[in-house]
Amino acid sequence: MAAAHAHGHKVKRYSGLMDWLTTVDHKKIGILYFIAGFFFFLIGGLEAIIIRIQLLKPMNDVVAGDTFNELITMHGTTMIFLAAMPLLFALMNAVIPLQIGARDVAFPFLNSLGFWTFFFGGVLLNLSWFAGAVPDAGWTSYVPLAGSIYSSGHGVDYYVLGLQIAGIGTLLGGINFMATIINMRAPGLTFMRLPMFTWAIFITSALIVFAFPALTVGLVALMFDRLFNANFFDVANGGNGVLWEHIFWVFGHPEVYILILPAFGIISEVVSTFSRKRLFGYSSMVFATVLIAFLGFMVWAHHMFTTGLGPVANGLFSIATMLIAVPTGVKIFNWLFTLWGGSIRFTTANLFAIGFIPTFVMGGVTGVMLASAPADYQYHDTYFVVAHFHYVIVGGLILGIFAGLHYWWPKMFGRILNETLGKITFWTFFIGFHLTFFVQHFLGLLGMPRRVYTYLGGQGYDDMNFISTIGAILMGIGTIVFLINIFVTWAKPRNASNDPWEDGRSLEWTIPSPPPEYNFKQTPLVRGYDAWWKEKMEGKTAMTPAEPVGSIHMPSPSILPFIMSVGLFIAGFGFMYDQLIVAGVGLAITLGCMVVRSLVDDHGFHIEPEEQDKGVQA
Amino acid sequence: MSAHDHAEGHLPHEPEKATLDARNKILGFWLFLGAEVVLFGTLFAAFLALRHSVGDGPTAGELFQLPMVFGATMILLTSSLTSVFAVQAMHHHNKKSMVTWLIVTILLGLAFLGLEIYEFVEYVHEGHKFTTSAFSSSFYTLVGFHGAHVAFGVVWIALVIGQVFKKGLTVVTAPKVYISAMYWHFIDVVWVFIFTVVYLMGKVAG
Repeated sequence: MAAAHAHGHKVKRYSGLMDWLTTVDHKKIGILYFIAGFFFFLIGGLEAIIIRIQLLKPMNDVVAGDTFNELITMHGTTMIFLAAMPLLFALMNAVIPLQIGARDVAFPFLNSLGFWTFFFGGVLLNLSWFAGAVPDAGWTSYVPLAGSIYSSGHGVDYYVLGLQIAGIGTLLGGINFMATIINMRAPGLTFMRLPMFTWAIFITSALIVFAFPALTVGLVALMFDRLFNANFFDVANGGNGVLWEHIFWVFGHPEVYILILPAFGIISEVVSTFSRKRLFGYSSMVFATVLIAFLGFMVWAHHMFTTGLGPVANGLFSIATMLIAVPTGVKIFNWLFTLWGGSIRFTTANLFAIGFIPTFVMGGVTGVMLASAPADYQYHDTYFVVAHFHYVIVGGLILGIFAGLHYWWPKMFGRILNETLGKITFWTFFIGFHLTFFVQHFLGLLGMPRRVYTYLGGQGYDDMNFISTIGAILMGIGTIVFLINIFVTWAKPRNASNDPWEDGRSLEWTIPSPPPEYNFKQTPLVRGYDAWWKEKMEGKTAMTPAEPVGSIHMPSPSILPFIMSVGLFIAGFGFMYDQLIVAGVGLAITLGCMVVRSLVDDHGFHIEPEEQDKGVQA
Repeated sequence: MSAHDHAEGHLPHEPEKATLDARNKILGFWLFLGAEVVLFGTLFAAFLALRHSVGDGPTAGELFQLPMVFGATMILLTSSLTSVFAVQAMHHHNKKSMVTWLIVTILLGLAFLGLEIYEFVEYVHEGHKFTTSAFSSSFYTLVGFHGAHVAFGVVWIALVIGQVFKKGLTVVTAPKVYISAMYWHFIDVVWVFIFTVVYLMGKVAG
């Protein structure tokens, strides 16, 4: 426990479990996001494997139909909100402040609050398995199915309240990273010098800020309908079911870009580093990202072509959707041209990145096929759609996350992941993925509907379903190998150098792995794009500092974010089981903590130069 | 550049923007207001989709009494002006004047809330309950969300006043005053839209 003096302020510093509960350090919060996100990824993966085992052969009866509905609902919801997004937040937290030469994010306290609200929202949602009332209306939770008439138990309440609480955390994260990237960049790091991953996260954060509040309102309306007998979606009392579809997809479509844009950023970094080349077409990459994000808000109704909006609406949304293929194509070609003529190293991270490119192209091609409204009437609600979105989300985002995790692992933990195990992970996961989902295109074209718990034999579905299940198990094996890799690597000494890949280009590779808690002893001066590569090419061994060595101000740790999230968790249960007193107590805890936070000034503490030399490790 | 270093020095002209911490907060709050725009935008969209679905309940035209709502509007608009006066006083480092204007702002906010509660009670008596129709549910949700924002703002500004009394006007407390004023203006803008879309259109374009 390092003693801290901040002009007379003593700050209590914790160790062990309390350190993790109270930390406001973005690097530790990144690790927390990784652990929680990966845990939920395993749960969602387990659900997927049970789904696939049920579909292994015709008329299988491993799980009953209603359990199957619960499994597909929880698989989708868990993977999107509790696995994919937190794993992205893990990389954002671990990397963004380092890439922009900052000592922390703009709002360290909110960062911690964002993690804990996500965590308790996720726990609340998953406790539904133990409560015996699991959401079963699909991850899109369409009404009237999700309304109180057809879902009379508490299942959908768990969905509504769990996502509401987790959504607060995501929104806070979005605001935080936008403010961080705008205000906290090192001197000389102009916007058009930002690393591509930082750009991607900046745009993603903007999408979060402008998309998540729509989900908040949708969930509030559904909650009011279910718990307080409101009539938003109750057709008998003048409500409108299509309204839910609009609200959900006004959020839901930007959400898929929230998922994929960070993966684009990761791929850009990894491909450029391991080709030992500057990213091809950097400015076109930036503008393609901005354009995708903008168009991402204009296309939500392509999820609703068969709802009956009419030919004009369907036509406009078709064209808008197809337009997105243009900036996405720009990105694909830029990655290929980055690889072209580079001295490519096939590290695990780069294998995932290179595997990503053709896989994502396939998902994009089926995306354009689905964008055509008349054709969509044929594909709608078949396995073709399932194949499409798994190609873009697993083949895009999850491959991207694996690339990012292998690439930045030494920066996060100080140890390089085992490359042999890494390559086994890649090949099993990659082959398993294509085995699972490639055949599903054809299952869909043959007419197999999605969300059915079983099917009759002799329709030409049997072999392809069998292949698909084998693939899913192979993906499971790949994930287990990754888990083994984590533990094997953990047992090794912490010996990664500042720039363990030796070809690092951006600022995170100029500081120790893992970085000290203040990240940069002296804020670096940035002289161009690929700041660290530029210095290396000029024969420098370190960045030029932009400030003298001095006392560094740090924010104090706090337990309040944890308690506030517990308060919301309690309030969630109170609302669900009609115990309004319990709900009131929960909200009072949260609001009380807000008051305390507002009234008690956080002066933080300082780390003096002599302590910096001792090396305060995060 | 900690907030603390400045707190002991003399106050700059715009004390709310003196530290990086404070500038972060102001920027972050603008972004939060961006999110709030989407939140209210979605509530407005839901209301517009459902406002004619009155079922057996009263219609907007039968229900709304414009003179009272106009009065409430004037009160809230005036409170926005008084919060501007408070920020002006802060820029002149006039703590006493600033606190006075903040208190006036709070009182006007409370008057608005009083009128709104009275209005809601009246409506319930006239058979316009939360569960009556899709119109009533979306009306109470939209206007109620706004009312809850006003109530939150009143408590918030009261807490800020308390801190200014205790700690004085510093580079730590100044951004709090400024941000609560930003929030208050935002609430006011939302109300202008509610007055137009809910009340005027309910009466005229009903």
